[in-house]
Order: sequence, then structure tokens, then C-alpha cells
Amino acid sequence: MPHDHAEPHSLLPSDPELRSRALETILVQKGLVDPDALNALIDTYQNEIGPQNGARVVARAWVDPEYKKRLLQDATAAIAELGFMGRQGEHMVAVENTPDQHNMVVCTLCSCYPWPVLGIPPAWYKSDAYRSRAVREPRAVLAEFGVELLASQKVHVWDSTAEVRYLVLPMRPEGSQGMGEAALAALVSRNAMIGTALAEAAT
Amino acid sequence: MSRIHDMGGRYGDGEIPEKDDAVVFHHNWHARALACTLAAGAHGAWNIDSSRHARERLTPRDYASFTYYEKWMAALANLLVERGLVSADELAGAAKAAPLSANALRAADVPAAMRTVTPYRRAEGPAPRFVIRDKVRTCAYNPNPVKGGHTRLPAYAMGRIGTVVLCHGNHVLPDSNAHGNGPAPEPLYTIAFTAQALWHQDAENAADVVTLDLWQSYLEPA
Repeated sequence: MPHDHAEPHSLLPSDPELRSRALETILVQKGLVDPDALNALIDTYQNEIGPQNGARVVARAWVDPEYKKRLLQDATAAIAELGFMGRQGEHMVAVENTPDQHNMVVCTLCSCYPWPVLGIPPAWYKSDAYRSRAVREPRAVLAEFGVELLASQKVHVWDSTAEVRYLVLPMRPEGSQGMGEAALAALVSRNAMIGTALAEAAT
Repeated sequence: MSRIHDMGGRYGDGEIPEKDDAVVFHHNWHARALACTLAAGAHGAWNIDSSRHARERLTPRDYASFTYYEKWMAALANLLVERGLVSADELAGAAKAAPLSANALRAADVPAAMRTVTPYRRAEGPAPRFVIRDKVRTCAYNPNPVKGGHTRLPAYAMGRIGTVVLCHGNHVLPDSNAHGNGPAPEPLYTIAFTAQALWHQDAENAADVVTLDLWQSYLEPA
């Protein structure tokens, strides 16, 4: 049973940096955590796993209609085709932006996010402001991000309350005809795959 | 009743910060706190749901005043003591050196561990009651029989009528798993609600849609 008043964490220093150091020291001293593993974890999410992965998925879907079909049918398998899988991406769903529907993703209860394709969520995604407002006033939130919707577009907000993780497939921008997959991937921002930006070709 | 983390729809939070931020870790301690949490999880002393619940049951005052990774550290410290991995005295600074545990995550195993897929879908569980396009009504209260218990039905979507749009098969039920009561898998659905159904006169655009992933026991036919 949860103990709402027993709070062992208050035994640690209150300054967050000292708190982090104290916690890590205890874990390492107790043999619970290997400091080399901590460095490897940080390196993984700093350098290996990030929105560049998701951008490759989107670019592939833009150039390969058969891949796009598979992505919309079974995103977990289609994303794994490109080698992206793992923690916080166990059950993926891709949602396609169209002239009729603009999608955006939030986790109102915490900060659920598709790590294998987007990495660690940015601070804004985890902010109280985004979590509270995205479901009630998504259009005001999108305007704050500078997203201009088409008059024909409904807004569809996906609140990821389970272990299903959502990836927004943005519309391929005007002016990107004839571009190769790598150049297309460079047009796909992290925010575009959360739904708080559009993919845009340089003008 | 729900807890402070359940903030969907709340008024008063203001502008969204740092919208173009591309930095993964703003401070070294953010990275260390994340890594400690992931590495400590390798001991299997808690699951993803009990770990989420550990953050949610911080006092409202701590939850509101802590930054993101401070919540993670506080929850980790509480879990370490509650599950007996670390004593309160040790947390206060009296830890004795011990050899690296056989269960500890090794650096060489990190790439594989982060790529490992541990699905939450299960073959077992009750038969689905609903199919796509069915109308359902959500529970009007926290569906968890544990008082103050963990649930994935946010307050803003309680007692609302929506439509089934996706069926995901049986998934581990966090309401049970968070409290060590087993995975208790049951059918998981994505349910679409109109802004009108959720927010009534506060709806920004009545026909816009919010979907939530909800378990069968949260739902009844409507």
C-alpha cells in the first residue's frame, strides 16, 4: 500500500544537483548501479536515439507508398523494419495528417512519448502547461506554436494514457517534389512528429 | 478522486515553455537522474506502473514545486527504501561499500536493454465486449478499487460518452499492476470523444476530437 506521508526522499539533500549526486553515490556504493552503465545510458539517448530516427520513418513513408501503408496498418512492425524498437515504443500507432485532420499527441497524466523514434521528450512536452491545455484548447496551443491549420482540418488530440505510443505522420510539404529520402528527413522536425509543427520545405 | 498529476483540461497554467528546445539534457544531473532511474529498474523491484504511481503519489506540494527530474529522483528514492534495496539510514548518507550486484545493468548490455521489446499485450484475459464504432460511457469515478489508486482514466474523461476507434487486444491493467496485484490483462481500446462531450460550453471547437486509450473495465455500453 502506498504510504502518502512516509517520504524517504526528504532524507536526500534538497538541492537537485546535490540530490542527484547523493542518490547516484548510494546506488553505486551499494552495488546496485554500474557507473559505466549510467554513462552508456546517457550516451544512448544523447547520441543514438532521437528524432532523427522518426524523421527517417516519415521520409520513407513519403517516398514509398507501400511502406506508408504498412506504417499506418502496423506501425510497430514498420518502424522495426528500419531498426527502431525498444523501450517506450512497444506498441506504436502512426497517425496521418491530411487536409481534413491535424493530429497532435500529449500525455496528460505524465510524459509518455515514443522513445525509439523521438528520444527523450523535450521539457515543453512534459510541462504542466502543455499537459493541461493540449486536450482542452489544442487550437490555442497550436497557434502558440505558430501552426496554421487549414479551414478544412479538424484537430485530433491523442492522449497517450496506455502503453500505446503515437507518431504523427506530417503532410509532405509543397516544394519537396523530387527530393531524396535523406533530404526529406531533414525537413521533419521533432515537433512535427508530435503535431505541434508542420513539415516545411525551405523557401 | 484523482491526484495532482491528473491535470488534463486544468485552467491557469499559462504559456508553453521553450517550444523549439533541442537540448536533450539541460543539466548533467538531469542525465544522471534519468540514467539512475533506468539502471535501478533493472533489479525488477518495481514495474513501470508502480514507478509512475510513485511519482503521482508525491505530495501535491512536492509534485507542483519539483521540476521533472526532481520528481523522478524523489520517486526513485522512495521506491528504493520501500522495496528494501536501500535503507533510510543509507539514504541519509551511511551506505557501506558493496560489490556490484549480479542483477545490476552492465554497460555492455545497455544497447540491447534499451532495444528490448517487452510488450504489454497479453494473450490471456476476458473477451472483448466492444468493437469499433460502439458507443461507450466511461466510469464516472476512479475505477480503481484501491483508494487513491493508480488509474489511466483521467478525471476530464470520466462519465463521458465516446466511440471505439481502435481495439488493441488485451493489455496489462496498470490499475492492478501498479499496486503489485498482478498484470490482470484486459481489452484496451482507443476511445474518441468530441470536444463537445468533454468540455461542453468550454469546448474550443465542438467537432474536434480527443482520443484516450482506456481499458474495458473503465467502460460500459452507451
